[in-house]
This record gives sequence, structure tokens and C-alpha cells, in this order.
Amino acid sequence: MSGLFDVTIIGAGVIGSAIARKLSSYDLKIALVEKECDVSFGVSKANSGIIHGGFHHDSTTLKSRLEVKGNLMFDQLKEELHFPFHRCGILVAAFNNDEMRTVEKLYQNGVNNKAIGIELCNHERILNLEPKLNRDVVGGLYAPGGGIIEPYRFVFSLVESAKKNGVELLTDFKVTGRVETDDRYRLESADGRSIESKWVVNAAGLYSDEISRIFEAEDFTITPRKGEEFLLDRNASAFTSKVIFPAPSHVSKGMLVIPTAEGTTMVGPTAQMVDDKQDASTSKANFQAIFSSARRLVPAVSERDIITSFTGLRPTIEGDDFYIEASSIKPRFVQVAGIQSPGLTAAPAIADHVKDILKVEGLSLSEKPGYDPYIEDVPRFRNSSKEELDALIAENPAYGEVICRCENISEAEIVAAVRQGHDTLDGVKFYTRAMMGRCQGGFCTHKIMKIISRETGMSMDELTKRGGGSWLVNKKVGDFALRDRA
Amino acid sequence: MKTIKRDVLVIGGGSAGMAAAAEIRGRNHTVAIVERDNLLGGILNQCIHNGFGLHRFKEELTGPEYAERYTEIIEDSDIEVFTGTTVTEIEKNDEGKKVYAFSAHHGMIVFQVRAVVLAMGCRERNRGNIGTPGTRPAGVYTAGLAQRLVNMEGLMPGSKCVIVGSGDIGLIMARRMSWVGADVRAVVEIQPYPAGLTRNIVQCLNDFNIPLHLSHVVSKIYGKDRVEGVDITPLRDGIELTEETFHIECDTLLLSVGLIPDNEIARKAGIDINPETNGPLVDSSLMTSVRGIFACGNVLHVHDLVDYVSEESHRCGAFVCDYLESQSEERQFRMIPGSNLKYVIPNRFRADRDNHFYMRSLIVRNHAELVLTLDGKEMGRKKLRHIQPSEMISFTLKEKDLQLSDLNNDSTLEISLVG
Ligand SMILES: Cc1cc2nc3c(=O)[nH]c(=O)nc-3n(C[C@H](O)[C@H](O)[C@H](O)COP(=O)(O)OP(=O)(O)OC[C@H]3O[C@@H](n4cnc5c(N)ncnc54)[C@H](O)[C@@H]3O)c2cc1C
Ligand SMILES: Cc1cc2nc3c(=O)[nH]c(=O)nc-3n(C[C@H](O)[C@H](O)[C@H](O)COP(=O)(O)OP(=O)(O)OC[C@H]3O[C@@H](n4cnc5c(N)ncnc54)[C@H](O)[C@@H]3O)c2cc1C
Repeated sequence: MSGLFDVTIIGAGVIGSAIARKLSSYDLKIALVEKECDVSFGVSKANSGIIHGGFHHDSTTLKSRLEVKGNLMFDQLKEELHFPFHRCGILVAAFNNDEMRTVEKLYQNGVNNKAIGIELCNHERILNLEPKLNRDVVGGLYAPGGGIIEPYRFVFSLVESAKKNGVELLTDFKVTGRVETDDRYRLESADGRSIESKWVVNAAGLYSDEISRIFEAEDFTITPRKGEEFLLDRNASAFTSKVIFPAPSHVSKGMLVIPTAEGTTMVGPTAQMVDDKQDASTSKANFQAIFSSARRLVPAVSERDIITSFTGLRPTIEGDDFYIEASSIKPRFVQVAGIQSPGLTAAPAIADHVKDILKVEGLSLSEKPGYDPYIEDVPRFRNSSKEELDALIAENPAYGEVICRCENISEAEIVAAVRQGHDTLDGVKFYTRAMMGRCQGGFCTHKIMKIISRETGMSMDELTKRGGGSWLVNKKVGDFALRDRA
Repeated sequence: MKTIKRDVLVIGGGSAGMAAAAEIRGRNHTVAIVERDNLLGGILNQCIHNGFGLHRFKEELTGPEYAERYTEIIEDSDIEVFTGTTVTEIEKNDEGKKVYAFSAHHGMIVFQVRAVVLAMGCRERNRGNIGTPGTRPAGVYTAGLAQRLVNMEGLMPGSKCVIVGSGDIGLIMARRMSWVGADVRAVVEIQPYPAGLTRNIVQCLNDFNIPLHLSHVVSKIYGKDRVEGVDITPLRDGIELTEETFHIECDTLLLSVGLIPDNEIARKAGIDINPETNGPLVDSSLMTSVRGIFACGNVLHVHDLVDYVSEESHRCGAFVCDYLESQSEERQFRMIPGSNLKYVIPNRFRADRDNHFYMRSLIVRNHAELVLTLDGKEMGRKKLRHIQPSEMISFTLKEKDLQLSDLNNDSTLEISLVG
């Protein structure tokens, strides 16, 4: 990681990663820097995973333009990057006339935004589309273009593709300072490393305000809006065929019932302003709010099916639209901030937009001849037929070793994750889905620790859940007992 | 792809699978065992404490010793064992059952068999299942995983622990962690009474001065990277007394909050599941709702003693042989759990032989009685000295106590507990 970069992107969430991949198709020397030990460990791993249908925001906003454009790009991206994505469709359910009027406004937004196939539904039509809905539903909206995605896997694929096309990824690189000279910036990281770059893109999510301050650029504030979500077992009878929204309020899209791309059901999220950008805790009160709200939509939702819960923080900004502009204060510095929902959906369109801004600002872009948009697809045990598996095992016996019994993940997939640089438990979990099933790692955690250790040469007490101080085991048995006896 | 034809396939090589297979081979049917781990024994291999085998072998063995006794029986027979092999699916076809298994060594194996024994054991309930709020740092482990790390891998999952749940596994881990030098700061139990055996309360907590907080819950987990502490809140009548919450600093939280039979393969095969046990519904022969598929051990219902698992599984093996050998279908009648019982297994009975039942109480009581009623008419009672939900009750209904002439097709036997 030496020399001078043309562009450095700060933040390897979905936004920074999409930008890095887009720019990797041009003849540029690019760095993607991330403070965590792996990519997608910020907002981008803890969200609802919905590719929105283009009706929530009115067409005057940058948000809605990029949402609609982004949505349309996912079929092609899936071809190239093999992440789980299904265009399953979205329903918004209304339970009284007031809610129906709100839904009509959404319909109007959708029409103005040119959302594909959008329609208003009566009671019968909406129940036909989703028989698991509460029968009290009055009517609603159907957006067949909406979908679901495995969000972290999407980010992993974007980064893999970017790296394949020459982007340098620097993890554990927390930007804490910058020095500016004539035509370049020196970015200093907390651990003492530094890199130089002509252009800088600020895609630091919740911390984009701090990065802007470090660069002495625009002064703005990012306020976290917390969202708690619960994940239900893949056998839960609440699994619907489409994403179910309630009629939205003015602060949020409401709490949803989501059939995830991998077959589990998710309910949530809440929407609560908090002060602390690190507050990823869950609470009992919100648990009750989420379940009663979700059951109003789909009565089959049951607490008995919970396997885990998590929290995400939306990076909200004053004015509520995305803030994507070249800095008017600092040269060659682009702000990509306030990317709250539908940031995931808009990500590929945001990347294009940022590329255009860079071009207008004077970055010279010439297409890279060897650019390859495809990455290799790692076959998955769970998605392969029995005959395919038999052949896979013959080629690579590690496909015959089922490590995660709940999600049917083989050793070969775990090894692939580690070899792609995902060397923490969470990294492996988000890449493979191992430990994400109903037993949450009860049977396979120790096996995965051994594989990571074997593949990386790290000792067991060097392994972590997600970097930093998240150690898994601290000593060998005997170390304490001996010391105590001494 | 390998195809293997046998009379019976046993899925799972723990104590249940080994006992059933031994019985079946003893009656001269061909049988194979598939075990996903690299050795036989199942959960026993990580239970290095003693207390196993008092009923069966009349001595106190450790888990691995108990497993060894059975492993020797298997090794001395010509039962084929496929270790490192995982079953993913059971299919029915004209000849019986087709079972798909995968291993690094064999690739895909298709077993074509006449009968299947499910003996897959159970898994532990986890944090999500009990909905503990707070952050999600490293250091929250199920007790079984911690046991595995300490006893089989020689690794310390942490040094300052709080344990949730006072079942035997939680208690035994409290002692084990203390022995290996960790500071066990509390055991927290939501119920007003301990869930584990009194013997274990004394030997695992009292002897180490570990406080047991009954009627308490862990109400919040703290820590960003690694667990830093937990809030503990007392309960009164099921309501959290939030103002009496106290905090304990720790780096590890071990959860011992119950076991759930591992029945995903059974569900996929279309087997009816008992919502009370999460195991299959079974008839008097421990046969599930799919003919030719039987279940025993912890996959059927969670047992407290391995001796019961072995007993039940030997019986299951014998029933499988009866099934393979006989053409006619036997007549069976309904069996249901009544007052104060969580469940009874099996869910049907026969009049032409002894019927052995296992059941669990919903209540804690000294001097209770087990009451049997047939079609509303009391037909027998049995005195029990002490009952509590964590201690399985067993009961044998003798053939001579049942009159075939008293039974019609709709006859129902009900077992209840009265205090
Ligand atoms: C509960 C919830 C549900 C949501 N649901 C949806 C949905 O269904 N559909 C949808 O389209 N959108 C959804 N969103 C929004 C979407 O998740 C976000 O818009 C998107 O993930 C933002 O990505 P990002 O790359 O800007 O942020 P991040 O993923 O947070 O990436 C920023 C990265 O910058 C890094 N960083 C920060 N500071 C520094 C530094 N100093 N040095 C180096 N690196 C740094 C961070 O570690 C982080 O990895 C949801 C959000 C939440 C919270
Ligand atoms: C921590 C703990 C402490 C205990 N302490 C005591 C005690 O002190 N005294 C006592 O008497 N009892 C004790 N018990 C209870 C007793 O040990 C168990 O109930 C008994 O061993 C369970 O046997 P099993 O064969 O039903 O299940 P298991 O031992 O769990 O065996 C199931 C086997 O099936 C295999 N399997 C599962 N799915 C598949 C598949 N798809 N393909 C292939 N193989 C598969 C598993 O790998 C496993 O080996 C304890 C139990 C535990 C968990």
C-alpha cells in the first residue's frame, strides 16, 4: 500500500464499496479504507435488506431518483456478482380509509417516479396476492418491482469485484487526520499508517460528519436513528411471499414483515432517534412494539419463532435527502452523506452519480481495457442438487463436510470465506450464513474457529468475533488454574 | 455416488443411536449408523463429569466412559458405522426409505432401507430464544458450546462468568469453570426453584460459594466488543422489579436455558411434531406418523439421564425388529396427558403387552399421585414422592392391568398428576 492514489474512498459500506467498484472500471489507482476489520460491518450489515419499489419518496428528491434507478440495476448486478436477490414484490397494507388515502399518495409517488407495475389493490386483490395478511385489510398498494437482498453479501461481492479490478482495500484503517498539500491529501490512520490521495470520497456513513470535520469541509451533523429488528426461524409460518409494509407515518416507513432472501422471516425495524452512534442495543419495550405491530399485518407472526435480534442505525441528516455533492470548500473532496434508507437500493445509482460528479470536477476517466465485471461464484451446498454435490465433493472433499447443520453450510464455503479475507466469526457468518440459523452457532462455532485458525495461522486466542477486543477465548485450560495454585 | 441397501439406518451415533442399533443387530437385521461427528458417543463425549450409568451399569461413569461401553458393543458387532457423515434428507419410495447422506470421504451416499431410526439428539436454546436485550458482544455462549471448548478443545471461553439457567448443564458448567480457574459470579434462574438436581446444587454451587438467584432474569447485556457486564432483575409474580436491578461485571455469559430436539430432517420428511416436546408424535412402538420411521433419545424428547435414553432406545430397536418381522398391523389406542402434565410419550398404547411411558410434570410437589383414567373411568393410581418439571417420570402399565374387552376404537387413556 504505497505510492499515491488517484482516489481514496473512506468507508467500505455499501455506498463506498459500490463507488469503489464503479471507479475500478476506469484507469485509476484506488484505495478503499475502512476502520473496521472487515467490510460491511457498519450500517450496511444491519438493515432490512429491501430493494425498494420507488414509491416512498416524491420525485423531486434525489433519494427517489436514485432509488428508482438503483432498483433497476440489480438484475444485472446479480448476474455479475452472485449475491442472493429476489424481486419478490412489495405490498403496503391499509386497514382503514385514512391509511388507504396515505397509500393513494404512495401510489401517486410511484406513478410519478415511474415505478414499474405499481398498482392499487382492493381487499380481495391484496389478499389474493398475500393470503397471510390480516383479513381486516381494506386494500393497499402492490409494487412488483420491489425485492429482497442479502445486504452484507452484496457488499462483500462489490468489494471482491473492486479488488479483482485493482482496488486496494485497507481495513482497520481508521481515518483520524489529514494533511493537505498542493494537489493531494495525506490520510492518517489511528494505527499510524498513512496514504496519499489526490481525490477523496467521504462515504463514512454515520461518521461522515466527523470525516468532513477532519477535512475542514462542510459542517453538518449526522444523527443516528435506531432500528431494532427480529429474525424468525425459517420454519416460521409467518413467512410471506412478499415484503409487507404498513401505511407509513411521516417519520418512518413503519415496521414490516420481511421474507428475507435466504428464507427466514424478519420483523421490524423501529425508528428512534438516539445520541450515541455506537448504541446498537436492543430493548424489551421495542420488542413488544415490533411484535404487536407486525401481528397486525400478519397474524401468524409469533415470538416463539425468534432466533435472534439486532439493531441498525440510520445515518440521518438535516433535510432528510441524501447529501451527495462535491465539497464547495475543499477541492477534490466529495461528500456522500446522510445515506439512510433507501441507501442500499440506491447504492449502485449513487456510485454512478458520484462518478459523474468526479468527472465534472475534473477527474479524468478513461475506461480500463481489462475490466471484468464478473466474480467467481462459490457453489453453495444448500443451493446445489444432490448430483451436483456428489460431483463437487469428488473435486473438493470439503464440500462433503457439513459444518453448519441449521443452514447446511459446508467446510468448502467457510474456507472460501476465509480466503476472501473474512477471518472473523462475523465475517465468516455474513459471507456463508454459518451460525445464522436456528441454533446460532451452538454446534459449529468451535469448528469454524478451527478452520479460521488453520487457514490463517492465527492461534485460537487471536481469533475474534468482529475484530478489536471481541476475543473468543482468552486462555488455554490450565493457565488460570496453574496461576491460582502458584 | 454410493448406494447401500440395508434393513435399517440409524441416524445419529450418540447413546440413543448406538443402543437402538445394537438391539436391531442382535435380532439379526442388517443395520448401519450414520454419525456426523468423527467419533461415536454424541454429547457424552464432552460430559467428562461422572454420574452416568447408575441404572444401566450400576456404577458411576463419566460420559466418555459410558460412550466407550457402547462403542465397544458396536465395534464388536458387524454394524457399519459411517462417521463424518451427515444425513440431509429422508425420502419415501416403494421399497421403503431412501436416506441421503454426505461425507468428505464417500461423497453422496444413498441408503435404501426398510426402516429408519431417528436418533439425532437435541440442540441448545440460545439468546434469541429467550430474548435477552442489550448489545451483542462476543462472550455470550451456550453452556454446551462452552463445555465443548473447555473439555474437548482445552480452551477458556472467558474468566469472569455469569450463568443463566440452573439446569444440570448450567450447574455442571459453574463447577467446571470454577475448577479451571474462572470466577463464576452468579447463576441466574427465572423460576422460583432450581431446575437441576439437588445434588448438583450442593456439589456445583454451594461447594464453590456461587450465589444462585432464583426468580431473577438477566435483563440487559453490556459491552461493545466483549461482554462487560449484565443487569440482573428480580421477578415478583412474573413482573420485573426494575428498581431492584443490580449489575455484575463479567466477560462471559453462559446460557443454559433448555434443549430442543433436533428435528429438521423429521419435519422435511413430513413427520408430525408434538408442539410440547418438539419431538415427533409417536405410537406405542415409538414409530412416527410416517410408517417405518422411528425415534428415540433426545430427538424424541429431552431426557435427564442417559440411562433412560439407553433404555428407551433398546426398546425402540426391538420395536423396529417387530415391525420388520411382522406383517399385521397391531391395534393401538389414544394416550393423552391430563392435569399438571406437560407431555406423555408415547402418544398411543397397546393392550397386548406392557406399555412404558415417560412424562414430565408441570408442577413442583411432594407426595403427588399419578392417576390413570380410561374413557373417564379411573383405573389406577401410583404414589410419587417428589415431582418437579426437570425430573422425568417413568411409568409402566402392565399388560395384565388392561382388559382388551374394555377397549373400543375410540378408547382414550389419560394420565394426570394430582397434588
Ligand atoms: C434498520 C435499518 C433498516 C434499513 N433498511 C433498508 C432497506 O430495507 N433498504 C434500503 O435500501 N436501505 C435500508 N437502510 C439504509 C441502508 O442500510 C443504508 O443507507 C446504507 O447501508 C448506508 O451505507 P453506507 O455505506 O453509507 O454506510 P455504512 O455501511 O455505515 O458504511 C460506512 C463505513 O465507513 C466506515 N467508517 C466510518 N468512519 C470511518 C473512518 N474514520 N475511517 C475509516 N472508515 C470509517 C464505517 O466503519 C462503515 O463501514 C436501512 C437502515 C437501517 C439502519
Ligand atoms: C451437558 C449435558 C450434561 C449431561 N449430564 C448427564 C449426567 O450427568 N448424567 C446422565 O445420565 N445424563 C446426562 N446428560 C444426558 C445424556 O447424556 C443425554 O441425554 C444423552 O447422551 C443423549 O443421547 P442421544 O443419543 O439422544 O443424543 P446425542 O448424544 O446428542 O447424539 C445425537 C447424535 O446424532 C448426531 N447427528 C445429529 N444429526 C445428525 C445428522 N443429520 N446426520 C448424522 N448424525 C447426526 C450428532 O452428531 C450426535 O452425535 C447430560 C446431557 C448434557 C447435554
